[in-house]
Amino acid sequence: MKEKIVFELNSVYRDNMRIKGYSFGEGENSACIVGATRGNEVQQLYICSRLINIFKQLEHQGKIKYGKSVMVIPTVNSHSMNIGKRFWSTDNTDINRMFPGYNLGETTQRIAAGVFENISSYQYGIQFTSFYMQGDYIPHVRVMQTGFEDIELAKDFGLPYVFRRNARPYDTTTLNYNWQLWGAKAFSVYTSATDSIDIISAREAINAVLSFLNKQGIIQYRCHEGYISQFIEGHSLISVKSSTAGIFVRRANVDSRVKKGEIIAEIMDPYTGEIADRIIAPQNGIVFFHVNQPLIYSQTPLFRIIPTDDLV
Amino acid sequence: MIETVASVGLPIDEKLMVQKNRLIPENGLKGGEKRISIVTGTHGDELEGQYVCYELQRRIKENIGCLTGIVDVYPAINPLGIDSITRGIPGFDLDMNRIFPGSENGSMPEYIASNIIDDLSKSAAVIDIHASNIFLEEIPQVRINELSRDTLVPLAKLLNTDYIWVHSSATVLESTLAYSLNTTGTPTLVVEMGVGMRITKKFGDQLTDGIFALMKELGIWNGEVIDPKEPIISEDGEVSFINAGKSGVFAPCVEHWKNVKQDDHIGDILNPLTGEINERISAPTDGIVFTLREYPIVSEGSLIARILA
Repeated sequence: MKEKIVFELNSVYRDNMRIKGYSFGEGENSACIVGATRGNEVQQLYICSRLINIFKQLEHQGKIKYGKSVMVIPTVNSHSMNIGKRFWSTDNTDINRMFPGYNLGETTQRIAAGVFENISSYQYGIQFTSFYMQGDYIPHVRVMQTGFEDIELAKDFGLPYVFRRNARPYDTTTLNYNWQLWGAKAFSVYTSATDSIDIISAREAINAVLSFLNKQGIIQYRCHEGYISQFIEGHSLISVKSSTAGIFVRRANVDSRVKKGEIIAEIMDPYTGEIADRIIAPQNGIVFFHVNQPLIYSQTPLFRIIPTDDLV
Repeated sequence: MIETVASVGLPIDEKLMVQKNRLIPENGLKGGEKRISIVTGTHGDELEGQYVCYELQRRIKENIGCLTGIVDVYPAINPLGIDSITRGIPGFDLDMNRIFPGSENGSMPEYIASNIIDDLSKSAAVIDIHASNIFLEEIPQVRINELSRDTLVPLAKLLNTDYIWVHSSATVLESTLAYSLNTTGTPTLVVEMGVGMRITKKFGDQLTDGIFALMKELGIWNGEVIDPKEPIISEDGEVSFINAGKSGVFAPCVEHWKNVKQDDHIGDILNPLTGEINERISAPTDGIVFTLREYPIVSEGSLIARILA
């Protein structure tokens, strides 16, 4: 294992921020794995730290294939993690909206540029990331529709779903998008948690990455190959919104099957405890996402459901 | 007449309401009147537009007989942000000016954004007023995406600002209110002035004068207006950026909106722990300092100044 400082930011009031990359094996830049870009992405940090531990053992056993190398960057934003802030500690900008970065620009542009310079040439790019709304997902691989995406390759992770969505204007400054533009096969892996550690879904994600790298001939690792992934597109999911605000009492979990007409949640009046609204499944399906906040606004998309007759 | 443009229930006995006030001629509408919309409060820490909303309406009401069209005033499209001194949308930590055009079926911020776009569409002109953030001070200026230059520069010249910056199209700007409206046929001018968390009355008065000039041009106002000042108009290539090379405390030694010569001393980045100067900042070119760092603490890369050559 080689530890490298990928980028260092000097500070007058704090210790310098050192972004560290851990490399395994010698040879071509085969795969790069990036964890937390936001300060609350604790699960993403945890997964990367576990992967580093496993790669260290694999390297020791000679199971990183000859001529291949893997790098893991557990976090590019330790300054925000250390003070419990999601975005950049001073100006609240999002490092994952700054790629490919600019080395003469503002602070987070420089961080993004310093990181990207070190990782843009990898053949495969894997990022553990999170959604801006607090909620739980079925573990899945997400790809953006850029024209360069590779759905069949994404199925090699063996996660239950491969999810593709259209790239929006603001996506063009994410790491995933820029990796693709620079020629990497890029994937974002979503697990069930962000600001807490969910060991079960973390283990699933770790296994998915190791399985993927094994299938690409980068490491030698015997593991369960996972699921035969199903491909779903963003527009095919059914969004179920709240019509009223209040206390959110959820009845359905991610990955559970729901029937049309079934009550999947209730919204309780926060003063009287009466049921202000019942959330009904509009169709048979599987819960792909649900919010996990106890207090919700009206107009909030509470669930995203995969219609069971719509799977490809 | 106060109208609610978007409303979302909050969990405990409260509604988030985006409101506007509509001013119409004293004898009512006959049909076919043009409409100007004044929008501000997208970022909860940018307050310069609050004074403009007040002052514009005060002057109109004093001379309501001169009003010949519709004036819609939206003082706070991110009301929770302004109330809680939060730049983004509280609860989501989202920059509201990165989610337009929004979506009727999206999350709360996207739903509100979608309603705002619907309400503003078909205005003869929209003025989207921003202050700078808390870090930088800006002279009154209109920023125009080069894609909309031909439509917007003639309107912007009436706004009585010191400067019009025609900038290149950046992908991140595609999710702004102005880009969404301009690309769907509603001319929208972005005004930047002053500094975050403050109100600079003289800038507010200057812009208000300009809005009346624009209203007159559009046929919305037939009262007396000023002769707008001739703004400097520039493109990206004429603007130099100065970013901090070191972190520390920035102490300027030039004034905002003053001429400098190449190599002039702009300021120093000080180290309060060692008592040393971490970096001496010099002007890279002759020009006018139209953006200047206001907040003293800087990190490597923090914007110190912009100079118009």
